Amino acid sequence: MKQEYTITVYTENQIGLINKLAIIFTRRKINIESLNTSPSEVEGIHRFTIVINETEDVVRKLSRQIEKLLDVLKVDYNTDDEIIWQEMALYKVSAEVITEKVKVERLLREQGARAVVIRKDYIIFECTGQREEINNLIKILEPYGLLEFVRSARIAIIKKSDGFHNKVKEFEYKVPSETLVENEFLDQNESVFSM
Amino acid sequence: MTANPSQNINANVNITKQATGSQALLDGLIHEGVKTIFGYPGGAIMPVYDALYDYGDQLEHILVRHEQGAIHAAQGFARVSGKTGVVFATSGPGATNLVTGLADAMIDSTPVVCITGQVFAHLLGTDAFQETDVINITTPVTKWSYQVTNAEEIPHVLAKAFHIANTGRPGPVVIDITKNAQLQLFDYEGYHKCFHIRSYKPKPDVRTSYIAEAVAIINEAKRPFVIFGQGVILGNAEQEFRAFIEKGNFPAAWTILGMGAIPTDHPLSVGMLGMHGNYGPNLLTNECDVLIAVGMRFDDRVTGRLDKYAKQAKIIHLDIDPAEIDKNVKTTVAVWGDCKETLPLLTQLVQKNENQDWLQKFNECTIKETEKVIFPEQNPDSEILTMAEVLRCINEITQGEAIIVSDVGQHQMVACRYAKLNQTRSNVTSGGLGTMGFALPAAIGAKYGAPDRQVIAIIGDGGFQMTLQELGTIMQANVNVKIIILNNQFLGMVRQWQELFHHNRYSFVNITSPDYVKLASAYRIDAKKVEQRAELKSTLEEILAHDNPFLLEVMVGKENNVFPMVPQGRGVSEIILSKEEL
Repeated sequence: MKQEYTITVYTENQIGLINKLAIIFTRRKINIESLNTSPSEVEGIHRFTIVINETEDVVRKLSRQIEKLLDVLKVDYNTDDEIIWQEMALYKVSAEVITEKVKVERLLREQGARAVVIRKDYIIFECTGQREEINNLIKILEPYGLLEFVRSARIAIIKKSDGFHNKVKEFEYKVPSETLVENEFLDQNESVFSM
Repeated sequence: MTANPSQNINANVNITKQATGSQALLDGLIHEGVKTIFGYPGGAIMPVYDALYDYGDQLEHILVRHEQGAIHAAQGFARVSGKTGVVFATSGPGATNLVTGLADAMIDSTPVVCITGQVFAHLLGTDAFQETDVINITTPVTKWSYQVTNAEEIPHVLAKAFHIANTGRPGPVVIDITKNAQLQLFDYEGYHKCFHIRSYKPKPDVRTSYIAEAVAIINEAKRPFVIFGQGVILGNAEQEFRAFIEKGNFPAAWTILGMGAIPTDHPLSVGMLGMHGNYGPNLLTNECDVLIAVGMRFDDRVTGRLDKYAKQAKIIHLDIDPAEIDKNVKTTVAVWGDCKETLPLLTQLVQKNENQDWLQKFNECTIKETEKVIFPEQNPDSEILTMAEVLRCINEITQGEAIIVSDVGQHQMVACRYAKLNQTRSNVTSGGLGTMGFALPAAIGAKYGAPDRQVIAIIGDGGFQMTLQELGTIMQANVNVKIIILNNQFLGMVRQWQELFHHNRYSFVNITSPDYVKLASAYRIDAKKVEQRAELKSTLEEILAHDNPFLLEVMVGKENNVFPMVPQGRGVSEIILSKEEL
């Protein structure tokens, strides 16, 4: 049975890794619902959070393929009840509507939304929560004219996990990973002779 | 294996000197034990070639005629020697020409390190001359790829590349080096081999609980059947494997890439698996009660229809790559690990067994197949020559001592069905990707990988015409390979399918050939053409005893089919021995 799975990937900080991860999904024609990349609790190690809708069998195979990637240290996959997860959304609504209809403000309060910017012409609300809460607020605001909406990728913490501090020591034994070298020549077109 | 020396020790032994990125690269290659490079120069890799000019006494460079030839040669080299093949190519078209070979090496787990030149770092992304996004093009077909823009990265990136390419499940690696990094002078502190990367675990730790579970199942088995793949060869576990099957008296069948891990005429060797494999191994896969898969990946050409594959059997899968476990076939017990370590643990605990009745079943199948297919194919009644009789003659002359390099198609199936191999690392063929044009360049590499052995390339008339420019390489470097073109004037395998499954609609499979004898002579390579049975064996004897490269064209039956066959979409036990059974 297909369901939502959150895949958590601990990786080295390497250029091009996001592509290497993405093609594991695109090769099998699987749509990524949400993808977030951020630092992790361990310095120099990145954490990808990927959400897809698939059967467990497929997710397990994908996770093993991801773990096989060279710069990937560890992959976990979890169903929604095994994680604490949040998404954030921003809503832009015409100020006129909000100020005139007090009811809207009450509704926003009930949904735990908060105004981030208040201007004469528009107000931007922010809501952090799970998918239903965020979608709920869209429904509420739509009748009053939702000018713009954007939702962030999911971030998630695995309930059972102890974090990566100890894990990374297992991986390391002696040699830490190389530091990332970026292209430092890109803005030096004028000063370099080439042919 | 030792750990990396600490920083302190480094400081004592290293004499820092100025070197260019190119010099550091070549010095690194020498430290990795590289002696042969297959390559083709060009604009963006010129600094490396300039440095190579001074390394002529330590590094031999084979100039190929196309970059695809370079990488297939490196693959052939790696497959027969177990060492990592090395390729040089320039940016843009030089690098894109490598892609087929990379994909081939990836799917067949062949250790290759490709060094590609790249435009200056400041020109990246500007659509500069011969600029192409090599890393992103090659990512899906490499085990690892990395772009170097600063010479200081070269020593450790190269060390990492060699470590990755030839440990765990081997594979191809691309290092793309920008021209400025090749030219850049830097403080070179010497080369240090890489033994550990924290985000890379070449082999899983062996868990004894799996061994115990597996042994319990194996010792209960009444009809155990071992199927083995290239993992046995890649893990250098041929002896361990032999000890295992001999202790339990297990019948063992090979996948196309596992061929030769044990001698093909070993008493327990029951033949090849797969679509054109032997009758017994396919049929009895669906009669065994325990299937022990060693270092193989249940490719669809081996399994046929999955829902009709060994459903009655408990399946034990030994593999080094966790991603292979349960990928295609659900296992009862997975024994993760390097089979060089896991096989002896199993051997210790499995009971000695006779399995006489069970082995007899394989014998009966062999007798049936010999009577219906093998004997008539190898000893045809008609005047028309068959591919199988060419292989019979080769076996009679070489006695199984040669390296057989085959291309892709009917002749490949025939070669792998009939060739006799005594030694491991003697079968070089493009298994997973099925790359036509593989054999000629791969044979060149194989000769460099095993200079003391006879290398015979068996190629179809279609595949030969895909990479025949490498005759130039053979001419220039005088590579002593024997090329046997089995010419049936068709793209035979496609024609066979069109005959069997597309109502004889021969759509674009009729292929004409140049005069191969004249072609070879234009390349100053000795050549002959055989059309009569009377000449076949004597000519083969003559060319195999020849001191120089030789090309032999053998005209074989135009519309012969390869049987047995597991038709696509059928189960392995639905294998047919002739067209009439379809």
